[in-house]
Amino acid sequence: MSGEYTVSREDWSLHRKGEIDRERHREKVREAIKKNLADVVSEESIILSDGRKVVKVPIRSLDEYHFRFDTGKQKHGGQGQGNTKKGDVLGSDQKHFAGPGKGKGAGEEPGVDYYEAEITIDELAQLIFEDLGLPNLQQKKKPELASEAFEFKDIRKKGISSNIDRKRTILEALKRNARQGKPGFGKITKEDLRYKTWDITHKYESNAVVLAMMDTSGSMGPYEKYIARSFFFWMVRFLRTKYQNVQIVFLAHHVEAKETTEEEFFTKGASGGTRCSSVYKLALEIINSRYNPQDYNIYAFHFSDGDNLTSDNEKCVKYVKELVEMCNLVGYGEIEGPYYHTSTLRTAFKKIVDPKFTSIGIKGKGDVYPALKTFFNPHPENKVQ
Amino acid sequence: MHPQEEIKVLEKSIEEITTIAKKFNLDFYNMYFEICPADIIYSFGSYGMPTRFSHWTFGKAYHKMKTQYDYNLSRIYEMVINTDPCYAFLLEGNSLVQNKMVIAHVLAHCDFFKNNYYFSRTSRKMVESMSVAADRIRSYEFKYGRDKVESFLDAVISLQQNVDPERHINPGGGKHSGRRTSEQSCQGHSCTGGKCCQDGCRQDGRGQNDSGRTTPYDDLWDLDKRECKGKYEETGEEAIKIPEHPEKDLLFFMMNYGRDLQEWQRDIISIVREEMLYFWPQMQTKIMNEGWATYWHMRIMREMDLNEDEALEFAKTHAGVIQPSKYHINPYFLGLKIFEDIEKRWDNPTAEEKERYDRPGGEGKQKIFEVRETENDISFIRNYLTRDIVEEYDLYLYKKVGYDWKVTDKEWESVRDGLVANLYNCGFPYIVVEDGDFGKRGEIYLKHVHEGTDLDIYYLERTLPHVYKVWGRAVHLETVVDGKRVVFTYNGEKTSKKFI
Repeated sequence: MSGEYTVSREDWSLHRKGEIDRERHREKVREAIKKNLADVVSEESIILSDGRKVVKVPIRSLDEYHFRFDTGKQKHGGQGQGNTKKGDVLGSDQKHFAGPGKGKGAGEEPGVDYYEAEITIDELAQLIFEDLGLPNLQQKKKPELASEAFEFKDIRKKGISSNIDRKRTILEALKRNARQGKPGFGKITKEDLRYKTWDITHKYESNAVVLAMMDTSGSMGPYEKYIARSFFFWMVRFLRTKYQNVQIVFLAHHVEAKETTEEEFFTKGASGGTRCSSVYKLALEIINSRYNPQDYNIYAFHFSDGDNLTSDNEKCVKYVKELVEMCNLVGYGEIEGPYYHTSTLRTAFKKIVDPKFTSIGIKGKGDVYPALKTFFNPHPENKVQ
Repeated sequence: MHPQEEIKVLEKSIEEITTIAKKFNLDFYNMYFEICPADIIYSFGSYGMPTRFSHWTFGKAYHKMKTQYDYNLSRIYEMVINTDPCYAFLLEGNSLVQNKMVIAHVLAHCDFFKNNYYFSRTSRKMVESMSVAADRIRSYEFKYGRDKVESFLDAVISLQQNVDPERHINPGGGKHSGRRTSEQSCQGHSCTGGKCCQDGCRQDGRGQNDSGRTTPYDDLWDLDKRECKGKYEETGEEAIKIPEHPEKDLLFFMMNYGRDLQEWQRDIISIVREEMLYFWPQMQTKIMNEGWATYWHMRIMREMDLNEDEALEFAKTHAGVIQPSKYHINPYFLGLKIFEDIEKRWDNPTAEEKERYDRPGGEGKQKIFEVRETENDISFIRNYLTRDIVEEYDLYLYKKVGYDWKVTDKEWESVRDGLVANLYNCGFPYIVVEDGDFGKRGEIYLKHVHEGTDLDIYYLERTLPHVYKVWGRAVHLETVVDGKRVVFTYNGEKTSKKFI
């Protein structure tokens, strides 16, 4: 007899398959992001995320590929509210650029299925920073910025209950029982209890200061500034995540250089000509007055489009050489614009041959991550030449 | 309401709804209703079946569905599974009215599963089969390592649409009768064994005896037959082209003729293929099935005593279900409208219809039951989508022109034909194996049977490595791009293309 029925409500709390496979998917997303870091690092939605906790990262490698029709060449069925006429435009993909390897436009139109993974900035930072570190870090004389650290070193019979050392307590109970001729585990008595307790120690860290120098002159267009800021965005995050006592000094320059606040550095534009030596000079002054190389690991990074006053180049080389003397590393990143470009400064820097000086060219967004990896290579001796 | 109490109330409603449904001549299996929390329903929804094997793609689907639910963007009220008895899962937190509607809807789905021709060959024991298959895959993971099994599954899943649900009607796509018997019998007992099974059937002539499923474990008995030698190495009589006729079932072909496959790999292909064949009729009748269920939940709800609030809530939920979309055809809506239209036209035929088709009138109900039994979406639309429906509900075709999505067709016949064209082969490209020993190098040569729409090249280039992964040797695929014939080749390292 058909059509009989039963109703039930079971306990599904152990049904975890969906969650487990979801976790596996997540793992794969992380792998994919790791592979695509070069693209992800300079993703605008992240740099401009304004501290938002979760960002969306477009990922293509998690597509499920199969033979399918080109949705752009196919006719699809739809339904209007009435009076739709031939030639009516339902929607447009104008903003998006279609093409192999690029995400197609998002929306509810057919064929749109590139995958956007949600990831927190912290998670992303973790992935990005996994292989980064400050190069040539040295123990300096004056670890004045050592931080206090707590270490659980001692075991006592009295203490606060959150610090009970379970393992030792159980061992004590076993021992007591054994002494009384009762093998095995009985009740835990007060005298069995053992507490962990801590000592305050000092965790010495090498002091470091990073000088972030950026060209904000007129020739630095929105694109160039964006690249430089992407780099510094991750640099600042990286330094603050990985090192407790690192100081960052922000220097912006056009013809003249000045020290800025972090906020100004990331938001303000400027115009006018360029004299890069001004910022190097300022950097040297700051080091001399505030950061004795005996006490500090010093790093200096400068981003520019290289469009410098030709007469100034000699001076730049001279100052950079001085900087190299005092610093663990001096990095220069030159952003090559998409248009006409004369690389005057970088050419001038070719004269400087020192393992502590690194100069790189950045052609596009994808080069920001390699720049981070080059400058923050904790083992520069392993550098692939 | 207390859970026990809620079940009591629900039971009363089911009783009432079942009675009405039977009065309407709906014919369904015994029903198991199960109340589930949202994440369980969504996990069933993304796997298609509660007992299916694990894979990250299901995790991805699950994540997407659950996120949409969490943000209140979409909601599944129920999930029903084509089994006997029939399992229906109700979302915990549905209101009573929603549940009533869902129960009525589900009974009609079950009636459809039980009576529509295209489901007549599907196994109703799929819950168990999938569970057993999932265990086997898990055991392979233990034995061969998760990553290895996963990446092979990735490859097979990417080809899962390339099966041939009509193999049992016309095996091998051809006239070659000698082969038919053996392959039919293979089909009959759900060929999981692959090559062994083929050869076994053919060589010892047991084909006939084996036909017909006797136990759910036949696929396991088949393991015994795997000892037999391959036919083609053995006879050497005449060089037979493999396949003799273009073979649409890529998975079937690769499972049988893949030279470098291990047994666990053949098994995985067969599992994915069987499950796809189980789901195929559901994809083939989506519009009809949803239309049928929507039609009946309306009828049944109308028979029930609803107070004003309940009636309003029902109307709202129902309106949500049949909401049109400018980019898609809503299957619930279109199916419903066509069934209603058929009923109306067979109840009140025009004078011309009376005379020309000998339609006496008053046959509406009878006709829709006949349609639900014999048609699939293609024939349903082809035969019953009328000019009135297309025009009244503003259906159209659209296409990408430059950056814009533009309406291209409004004439009812082109709209009908366009919709039918998109339903062909469940919307998947028709691809066949032309040669399984291309260039006498054991390479596989596939051909896309081009029917007016080009393939997505970006996807094509990324799917070929999956074919390679399964086949183990170079892969060629012939297709047409912008009117020119092209062969794409993946040799294990890179893809190249050549105009021919």
